[in-house]
Amino acid sequence: MTTSEIPGGTALAAEATLRPRRRRPFTFARVLRAAAPYLLILPVVVVIAAILGYPLYHLARLSFQKYGLFELIARHGTDVGWANYSSVLHDHVFWQVLVRTIVFTVANVALTMGVGTLIALLLTKVSSVVRVLLTAGLVLAWSMPPVVAVQVWLWMTNTENGLLNYTLTKLHVGDYFQHDWYATSFSQLSLTTSLIVWGAIPFIVVTVYAGLSQVPHELVEAAEIDGARAWRVFKDVTVPIIKPIFLVLTSLSIIWDFGVFTQPFLLIDQTRINTSNELMGIYLYEEGYVKTDFGRGAAISILMLLIVAVLSVFYVRKMVRTSDEAT
Amino acid sequence: MSVRRRRTRFVWDAIGLALFVVISFPVYWMIASAFKQEDELNGLTPTWIPLHPTLSHFRDAMNRPFFWDGVKNSLIIVSVTVALSMVLAFLAAIALAKFRFTGRSLFIVLIIGIQMLPQAGLIIPLYVVLARYHQVNALSGVIVTYMTFVLPFSVWVLRGFLLGIPKELEEAAMVDGSSRFGSFTRILLPLVAPGLVATSVFAFITTWNEYIFARVLLNDQSKQTATVWLSYFTGTSRNTDWGGLMAGSTLIAIPVIVFFLIVQRKIAFGLTSGAVRG
Repeated sequence: MTTSEIPGGTALAAEATLRPRRRRPFTFARVLRAAAPYLLILPVVVVIAAILGYPLYHLARLSFQKYGLFELIARHGTDVGWANYSSVLHDHVFWQVLVRTIVFTVANVALTMGVGTLIALLLTKVSSVVRVLLTAGLVLAWSMPPVVAVQVWLWMTNTENGLLNYTLTKLHVGDYFQHDWYATSFSQLSLTTSLIVWGAIPFIVVTVYAGLSQVPHELVEAAEIDGARAWRVFKDVTVPIIKPIFLVLTSLSIIWDFGVFTQPFLLIDQTRINTSNELMGIYLYEEGYVKTDFGRGAAISILMLLIVAVLSVFYVRKMVRTSDEAT
Repeated sequence: MSVRRRRTRFVWDAIGLALFVVISFPVYWMIASAFKQEDELNGLTPTWIPLHPTLSHFRDAMNRPFFWDGVKNSLIIVSVTVALSMVLAFLAAIALAKFRFTGRSLFIVLIIGIQMLPQAGLIIPLYVVLARYHQVNALSGVIVTYMTFVLPFSVWVLRGFLLGIPKELEEAAMVDGSSRFGSFTRILLPLVAPGLVATSVFAFITTWNEYIFARVLLNDQSKQTATVWLSYFTGTSRNTDWGGLMAGSTLIAIPVIVFFLIVQRKIAFGLTSGAVRG
């Protein structure tokens, strides 16, 4: 990208056009000015290259090596070609975990976006007192550190005298006295979903609500005067305006939920984690780090990063485009 | 308002209140449980409010081994990470907000792309590389690791704050004879200060909350962070000290909750434009 392609806007560009164009001597000041943005981003680029770029390069190499505890101490692995990849791709557990993670992600994203959007719409209908109260409650939930939230979930769902069992029994939903929520994989993952959705909804609500409040009143009124029903107004006026933000939030949620680790890892607990309840992040941790088979773990990491990279294309492109509009 | 409209408004309000109760309940339950007596916690019928509030669980939690180590380590890691990141990120943010340059788009893709990387996918490369340079089980290893996540986020959010400053102000200062540097220190810096504070606080929260890398990279109990301390609280025994656990949870959550309430409104736009989850 060259400067001439972009319509002026920055102070620098404005300056350049104001001054009469004439060849100026090759001065130190001019060199410094041209180099300024690069000098400014240099520290960040160096840190990221060293602490992220180099490990990622190393990861790619590791994935073609036998690299266990012995090699970690000896500091070099033995090349094994594509063996790690073929071992992973021929492992039916990997495919089971992949399918489970996809189903889990779809369920979590659908619930988060669905419930989040509904609450945002509700916020436009309630009185201002309730709106302030509900927003405060959402921000409170949003602010909870995930590790802390897990502990509260463990306490509320404990088998002996958990609040969840008590409440469900009292409400006559069924007999949940001493019900063990950690008995089946489905139940464990459902609890994890409830925790993730609870933690993710506030962000969705606040953002969608901000988008909804940008829907111009005149537009809604005009549609109403034209005789449009509430549903038509929603479909033809509201939806087109919040659609971009909705898509961005959905794609962010997909990326986040696919790579989730802390919540399932701590809620299901390491003692209960096995191949029937592992999600991709945990599978990778168990196979690579716990079993100290770093080579194979690296192959799984690469596969996971590739999947997320594909999922991120939409979001990153969208962000770069908006950033070009902003300046 | 017609009767019918008032009635529907009432229904929406009732649903809204019910949702408020459900959503904020876990936070309330954590704090309430932390103050309850042992018999209220262990009884089969829960009490909705602590009948005889006690501080003993807080005392127990603080007296548990490694609590203060965890808090101290977290504070060291957080303050160094945030301080270093803010300086470096601010420079890069100026480049993005005030200059057009070749490679700018590439840099933006890098900044946003990094934030999309799943942390679990980076456990192995970071562990292996940091082990090679003897940075495993060292706070410095965790600090540099956190910087890779805090930096991109901070660059992006600070860029937003810088763009929010009217160009006229800066140009006016230059017309008045200020140098570029003068206009920077006297005009730009004071204007962007609230943004810097908000970004720092948010970086503080992300770093304080982090779990995976702290868990993987710090093995010694005396080196671990507050969140890792909390995650080991339940241990393997069946008889969990729920009161102590909730008191410990409250202690770790309170600074985050307070800070978050302060900056949430300021930072929300940064979140939509690509960032880490709160």
